[in-house]
Amino acid sequence: MVGVILQSAVSIQIGIVVAYLLLALGVGLVAYRLTDRTAEDYYLASRTLGTVVLLFTTFATLLSAFTFFAGPNIAYGNGPEWILVMGLMDGVIFGVLWYVVGYKQWLVGKAHGYVTLGEMLGDRFGSSLLRGLVAAVSLFWLFPYVMLQQVGAGGALSALTEGAVPYWAGAGLITAFMIVYVVLSGMRGVAWTDTLQGLFMLTMVWAAFVWVLSAVGGIGPATDALASSNPEFLSLGGGLYSPQWMLSQAIGIAFGVAMFPQVNQRFFVADSEKVLKRTMALWPIVVLLLFVPAFMLGAWAAGLGVPMPESGNILPGLLAEYTPTWFAALVVAGAMAAMMSSSDSMLLSGSSYFTRDLYRPFVNADASDRREDLIARIGVAVFATLAFLASLYNPPSLFVIGDTAFGGFAQLAPPVIVALYWSRTTRWGMFAGILGSQLFYTVTTFTPPAGETTTVLGIVVPGVIETFGGWSSSVVGMAVGLVLVVGVSLVTDAAVAERPSVLAGPTDD
Amino acid sequence: MPNRTTSFAWGTILFVLMALAIPWFLWDSSAVAAGLPVWLWWHIGWMVLASAVFAVFTRRGWGVWMGGWSA
Repeated sequence: MVGVILQSAVSIQIGIVVAYLLLALGVGLVAYRLTDRTAEDYYLASRTLGTVVLLFTTFATLLSAFTFFAGPNIAYGNGPEWILVMGLMDGVIFGVLWYVVGYKQWLVGKAHGYVTLGEMLGDRFGSSLLRGLVAAVSLFWLFPYVMLQQVGAGGALSALTEGAVPYWAGAGLITAFMIVYVVLSGMRGVAWTDTLQGLFMLTMVWAAFVWVLSAVGGIGPATDALASSNPEFLSLGGGLYSPQWMLSQAIGIAFGVAMFPQVNQRFFVADSEKVLKRTMALWPIVVLLLFVPAFMLGAWAAGLGVPMPESGNILPGLLAEYTPTWFAALVVAGAMAAMMSSSDSMLLSGSSYFTRDLYRPFVNADASDRREDLIARIGVAVFATLAFLASLYNPPSLFVIGDTAFGGFAQLAPPVIVALYWSRTTRWGMFAGILGSQLFYTVTTFTPPAGETTTVLGIVVPGVIETFGGWSSSVVGMAVGLVLVVGVSLVTDAAVAERPSVLAGPTDD
Repeated sequence: MPNRTTSFAWGTILFVLMALAIPWFLWDSSAVAAGLPVWLWWHIGWMVLASAVFAVFTRRGWGVWMGGWSA
């Protein structure tokens, strides 16, 4: 009997996953029919995304897997204050960056036809080398991050089916589907599937919230249980949560998000200013609607004494306890599909950084639009396949890079923002700011804690300080980058090829 | 075209929005109201406020700091 029930649960779960994959494929095919064979249309859907699509595609791309898994886990283990970090990070700071970085890039991109961040900066500073550097730095952090998504999706599919689908097959299946629909449909298909995904996530989170609360007698009893089991969770701060830590996380991640290729590229895709405006105003509301229920469920699970399941994620455990199998399966499958929606956008952006900023300037400058479009699609397949192969070996070094990717991207923000707003920024200032902050961040992140040593390839590496009075090396690295880009720009002259007017705008005097 | 005063005013408003997104004055408080910690209610109110302020910004402040692009 139990075997039969398990069997049917597994088939429901597999059914839901397969249904999602087919839906994504269908959307991809429709989008393919509407897509011109040019790079601008493939990467940016010819800059025609509307409010709802732009909002959800940015949102689903970014936070999907985190909302369902990592976020509730943090609340379960340390208390729900992470909600405040998310509010500051994604609701407010990112909203402001949406304007400060996003709107400005949108204006510049629209006037000059840029598709990537590197392209914009390379043109402004008259330097293909800078263009290539921005792309290379971005790909260095992006590749392991994509690999982590595949590891997560493969693991989730394997856990979902009780091992009936082995890890490699799960990760491989998802990679193959992603390649097919991303290669076919480009930005338009990705944006449409993301929108479906985002609406689905919101619905699921609220359904889970209502379901669990009605099962335990409402908000009052749930919080009372938490107050008696973990009273420290309800008080603001304490444990992991220090002011420096909360600010470091919020600032480091918000700026990192703005520089993540798949998010930064979305700054170029809005249809009109109206779309950017509406999206900005909706941002805090979406953050509120998604994270308060998801993370409170994680915190309440601690009070309700739900044990952490073997999969290491508390939300599926909580749902298994209080909701019927089909519902828990729906949420878990949705979360898995959500990981795909993060990866597909990253694949697309990764491929565009490669073709636009590395292939075209350094390999084949005369590539036609059609050829570039073809290379872009091949690039997606190659990028996804390599990340899949890497995920089979799970190299620990790649894991560490993927885990610290937000900080790595955040280091790009100060030079980019200074360049966007200060016309005296010089090429040398940009190189110093980017290379200096990347060096600082990688050294402080990848070396062991101060006082310890580690051996890499027979060389003994001494430990370097990692936190600075409670502040993370990501935030301190951003300050280092800021000082370098401003300082070096002040003492160097602009090169002849530099064109400040590219960013300063047509009417600047 | 936004002038220097509006530019400064919007800078201040957006900064305050960021500075108080975490209710520092409720640090260590575990007071609960209507089933949720009071600091969580602050968060809920603050996000609604942020959304309203952003909405006003897009109407009244849009174009500020954009230099040669704001014409």
